[in-house]
Amino acid sequence: MKNIKIFKKPLYQYSLFLPIVCLILVLIANLIQTPTFFKITIQNGVLYGYIIDIINRASGLVILAVGMTLVVASSGGTDISVGAVSALAGAVCVATLGTEETYRVPYIVAVLLALLIGIICGVVNGYLVSYMKVQPMVATLILFTAGRGIAQLVTGSFILYVKPEQFGYLGNFMPGIPVPTPCFVALIIVLITFIVLKKTPLGMYIQSVGINSRASRLIGLNSKLIVFLTYVFCGLLAAVAGLISVSRTMSIDANNVGLNSELDAILAVAIGGNSLGGGKFSLLGSVIGAITIQALTTTLYAMHVAADQLPLYKAIVVVIIVSLQSPTLIKWFKSIVPKVYTNSNQAVKEAK
Amino acid sequence: MASNEILTMRRITKNFIGVRALNNVDFTLRAGEIHALMGENGAGKSTLIKVLTGAEEFESGEIRIAGIDHPIINRSPQEAQRNGISTVYQEVNLCPNLSVAENLFIGREPKKFGRIDWKTMNKRAKEILDELDIHIDVTLTLDNYSVAIQQMIAIARAVDISAKVLILDEPTSSLDEQEVEKLFQVMRMLKERGLGIIFVTHFLDQVYAVCDRITVLRNGELVGEYEIENLPRLQLVARMMGKDLDDLEEIKSEHTSSKGEVVIEAKGLGCKGKVKPFDLSIHKGEVIGLSGLLGSGRSELARTLYGADKPDSGELKVNGQRLAANAPIDSIKAGMAFLPENRKDEGIIADLSVRENIILALQARQGLFKLLSRKEQEEFADRYIELLKIKTASRETPIKQLSGGNQQKAILARWLLLNPDFLILDEPTRGIDVGTKTEIQKLVIELAKQGKAVMFISSEIEEMLRTCNRMLVLRDSSVVGELHDEEISQDNIMAAIAGGNAV
Repeated sequence: MKNIKIFKKPLYQYSLFLPIVCLILVLIANLIQTPTFFKITIQNGVLYGYIIDIINRASGLVILAVGMTLVVASSGGTDISVGAVSALAGAVCVATLGTEETYRVPYIVAVLLALLIGIICGVVNGYLVSYMKVQPMVATLILFTAGRGIAQLVTGSFILYVKPEQFGYLGNFMPGIPVPTPCFVALIIVLITFIVLKKTPLGMYIQSVGINSRASRLIGLNSKLIVFLTYVFCGLLAAVAGLISVSRTMSIDANNVGLNSELDAILAVAIGGNSLGGGKFSLLGSVIGAITIQALTTTLYAMHVAADQLPLYKAIVVVIIVSLQSPTLIKWFKSIVPKVYTNSNQAVKEAK
Repeated sequence: MASNEILTMRRITKNFIGVRALNNVDFTLRAGEIHALMGENGAGKSTLIKVLTGAEEFESGEIRIAGIDHPIINRSPQEAQRNGISTVYQEVNLCPNLSVAENLFIGREPKKFGRIDWKTMNKRAKEILDELDIHIDVTLTLDNYSVAIQQMIAIARAVDISAKVLILDEPTSSLDEQEVEKLFQVMRMLKERGLGIIFVTHFLDQVYAVCDRITVLRNGELVGEYEIENLPRLQLVARMMGKDLDDLEEIKSEHTSSKGEVVIEAKGLGCKGKVKPFDLSIHKGEVIGLSGLLGSGRSELARTLYGADKPDSGELKVNGQRLAANAPIDSIKAGMAFLPENRKDEGIIADLSVRENIILALQARQGLFKLLSRKEQEEFADRYIELLKIKTASRETPIKQLSGGNQQKAILARWLLLNPDFLILDEPTRGIDVGTKTEIQKLVIELAKQGKAVMFISSEIEEMLRTCNRMLVLRDSSVVGELHDEEISQDNIMAAIAGGNAV
């Protein structure tokens, strides 16, 4: 009986166990591959190094993962349009500012317009999913395919370049600050989201709706509105990620901004130990998941894997992690080790 | 097998994990009869049907069918169909986007030179339906027709494929009276042709309208097989509930009704397809029971009052104020609380803690901007864990790890925390142990003493006798009777449930 108690909740059942292990594994792999991996230097007044690069490039993904986490938690589905929405928001921002030496409209106007576009996209997705009861993947597939098309329309199918130097601040560095700006943006978004979820009952509401939307309705929650709002928020954050992305390159290429980032965001949520079936979630887990993925990407680049082969390796990780949560696989495991299963079952009975 | 028997099931036994679903059940179907399979929820009706149609396996027993000289075991509905057993369910599983003729012949289309012979197909389809006195255009797609017609097409298809045994599982639930009558005509016509029909339904009136024989099951065991003439309604209800009419213990509730102010006043409130319009007023300090067989509309009435299903006619006043609830939150704000019948699907939020489950409704009423502090939440949770003696490892344990009874207490705590004026309890004691049942009954009486109005729904009559001082009786989705204080007795309730000429 004694050892049963010790293993009552094994280490691997703690929700952040898997995400942290994944991150550590990737980092160890890096350390072996590149001994200088953890070295941080200052060049031209800014921090420089692999670690900084990972945190910098992970920022956009962290932002997307925050939105995706809430969408998954509330609806048990994923928003696959975030990459396209990023591209669209970026395109709107750049097209509004123009390609001359000076901005055509004040910078803040273009940013607000881009964020508004993100919100509108979120409204479309949220409306389809929560009020029209369309499957989340099908509903967001619409903008997944149409979003980039609209972005192309906005840019006239050209790659547009923004000339004023300040445009790059958001995606790179602010003058005199050695830490990349996207890190601050991601940090602020994560903190605000975290505080709102903790200081209002919203976090509890989202979990409640995701676990049992019918019971939640009878309790007095507006299940549909809650699901709707998570999609709107996800759209807004996709726009923020898009703004960072266009600022980083000082240009908009509607075909490439946010390409495949929806896959990364979903993967981040999964690696974060969150069930893609909805319900309980850990925001921190998704953040760690996002950083893990970027670390993985950077590692693969450092190992000289070609950019176009990268998705394969990511896909392998997705398969492994999603399989670990699959009830069928768990059942299969139990069937090939029936002895262990029956024993533990008996143990549970005895314990009762 | 006797000459006119077309299906015999003998000593059928089937276990689910830890539960004996069927225990040595015999069932016999004769050619040219409509045979009702009756029993309350959980009696084993659907399990018996599933065993017969191959949807479930059975452990022991024997099924024989006329024309096959060895016992059969159906491993799938397809195999059952090959053996001459077809089933039509409440939900029609045909293709609404195909024509009636296509639906009738899908998978076995008449062919000519390797291509579908549309002319023959449409002609044959028309013939098949004409025989059943259904005159419709068979080339139109199925979704042009009402559910009733669709169901009859499903029946026609089933009969045309294999015509020995036809199982109709709750076919009338979504039909109106005329459609039901039309369906009965079809059933009688098929009976004349020598088919054996098994009819599963909750509606007593329909059983007596169309059936020849009744087999009653209770708790997975056979109660008996009766000719319809030999089993009056009252006897049938008694058999289904397992009560001997002569042996009634009279238990009076400890409290008598003292009419306080009106809390709930409903006029012509109804919800189409769920409950027919009803009038009802409920006073402070009253425990009102809803009685009726399962499917009689008692849960539906409660849900309509609460606004879980939005009423589409009539009006509702709560404490004198008109209430048109768009969502349950409006009802909660008006002072109502509702413990739903299905704890797992509509009650608990499985993965959340006991604390969260208890405070959620109060938090929802408070709104988004008034978060109960963690300390308040813990105090509330602890108070009710203590008060209702909820057995849980801690207040942070996920509620799904609690036993059914303790889950139910936690859900009850959720609603008591709101201090409602009107509390609806739909089957609050289902599936929980006897001790907890008594505690809940005591609690209900205590709440009434405090001046709350309580609506109590239970399948167990004793429980209702003990707690209620007024009782509404429902049958076929409408309120058919009301019993007060002394009138509330097992005899009277069962007589009212049975209705018709039994009273």
